[in-house]
Amino acid sequence: MNRSFKKKSYWSRRKFIQTSSAVTISSLLAPTLLTGYHLRASGISQPGLPGKHPDMLVLNDRPWNTEAPAHLLDEEVTSMDRLFVRNNGLVPSEIDPEKWTLEISGESAVTTKTFTLAQLKSDFEHYTYQLVLECGGNGRSEFDPPAKGNQWTTGAVGAPKWTGVRLKDVLQRAGLKADAVYIGYYGKDTHLSGDPQKVPISRGVPIKKALEDESLIAWAANGKDLPLMHGYPLRLVFGGWPASTSGKWLSRIVIRNQVHDGAKMQGQSYRVPCKPVAPGSKVADEDMCIIESMPVKSIISYPRTGAIIKKNQILEFHGHAWAGDQSVTKVDSSVDFGNTWHPLELKLPSNPLAWQHWSGKMKFPYPGYHELWVRATDNLGDHQPMVVPGWNPRGYLNNACHRIAIRVE
Amino acid sequence: MNLGLKMLFGVLILAVSCQTREQLNTSIVIESKTAVDSVTGLVIDKNFELVRGQCTACHSAKLVTQNSASREGWEQMIRWMQRDQGLWDLGENEVLILDYLSLHYGPKKKGRRTPLTTIDWYYLQE
Ligand code: HEC
Repeated sequence: MNRSFKKKSYWSRRKFIQTSSAVTISSLLAPTLLTGYHLRASGISQPGLPGKHPDMLVLNDRPWNTEAPAHLLDEEVTSMDRLFVRNNGLVPSEIDPEKWTLEISGESAVTTKTFTLAQLKSDFEHYTYQLVLECGGNGRSEFDPPAKGNQWTTGAVGAPKWTGVRLKDVLQRAGLKADAVYIGYYGKDTHLSGDPQKVPISRGVPIKKALEDESLIAWAANGKDLPLMHGYPLRLVFGGWPASTSGKWLSRIVIRNQVHDGAKMQGQSYRVPCKPVAPGSKVADEDMCIIESMPVKSIISYPRTGAIIKKNQILEFHGHAWAGDQSVTKVDSSVDFGNTWHPLELKLPSNPLAWQHWSGKMKFPYPGYHELWVRATDNLGDHQPMVVPGWNPRGYLNNACHRIAIRVE
Repeated sequence: MNLGLKMLFGVLILAVSCQTREQLNTSIVIESKTAVDSVTGLVIDKNFELVRGQCTACHSAKLVTQNSASREGWEQMIRWMQRDQGLWDLGENEVLILDYLSLHYGPKKKGRRTPLTTIDWYYLQE
């Protein structure tokens, strides 16, 4: 039942903008009581999400789901106005950081502990890591037959620098019983139906992932308080795992003696078939396994697709590559649809679970339409497929190579 | 067709909908491919008002319009929302909603990799 989708599976070896009303960037940034953010009540599509780069692509505005076109992700450290938003429910309307608390409890906690935000900041050592967050459904739009959910293309990923305390330090203060196997989170976002009894999302990770050095309870990103859309004032961050594990507006963590069974842990959410299935198959819930580490992947962040260059002009191009819990060991490019691949320059990550930057340059001797494809390989030898990988009902884990169009004149 | 025209069609069809059933159906058949409601983005056709009424209470219609599925696939999404997300029993409207969804938001063929489309060409300076 609660088998999880691990490395040795078959798929891979690890397997605003300026709205007309001035709804108010300033209210979003206000450090204290946040009110007046009632887009739901307005019922009208907003052109973009306040606090986000105007070129972000809005997939849904209730709840908010936005992604970055690849060229917006060119920075080595992703700015928060360019990081994708995947909200499952409604953003909490009143947040008072002075009164915010985090409870650690659950059947496998030795004691229940509650910390204020100020206590978390003063009682524990602070750490800053650059960590990749990627939506499990990034790339979903490419599946055939179509997979259900937000139709993400390539931009539901980013790697800001997160600051907070280690989850393990905080868990250890409450104490873990010997039978602890999983942690689950609860946040203050509310269900879309308006039913206060319903939880929009409550996921988690196995204890092993929870106890890693880089697993953070974070209050800041890129040196500033978290933006409201990204979980202000407190969230979890698990680099390399489906971003749905990194709960936002964090108020409670439960230490569990079983795989956490919160909302969107079960059924078909954030799960893939344990055994491969033909495209379009119906898969029973018990044959679906939880996604853990995300697969190896890369994006070309420069140039933007559609570049027109001159014959023999040197094209410089670059981007990032990442590989879930693994690291990227090689990145290659091809301009002949995979007939030949050429190694690119690859940098080391700034810390484990950060993305890595790669760059290359080349000349196109022939005029016409070309595509530049990039393929990353990880330390286990897995590399990105050129085609869309194994079909699954909810359209997760599409790590097919990114490609851009180039015209040579 | 540009957005202005689309919205015009939207208005036209809404105006027509006050007339007889026959007239309504004819204009819908002709225009159904392009008439889109400017507020929700939903295709304006038979059962549009029903879908707008039932399917935009919790989330925006963007979640509907960006998805595509067979009739069975849409039915599965409705069942999932009824089981886990608080969606009510749609009663006799369900058949009509499924008619609308499977007609306008049916599965799209993509294959294993589609050609790159909607490329916005620009000159890259050296
Ligand atoms: C009672 C509230 C409610 C109503 C009414 C409702 N939905 Fe949903 N629906 C949800 C929730 C909650 C989600 C999950 C949203 C998310 O994950 O971002 C959802 C998700 C979806 C999705 C994405 C499916 C997926 O697998 O992620 C589609 C498509 C959808 N709804 C269509 C509809 C249609 C069509 C109707 C009208 C019959 C409808 N909804 C009415 C609550 C509702």
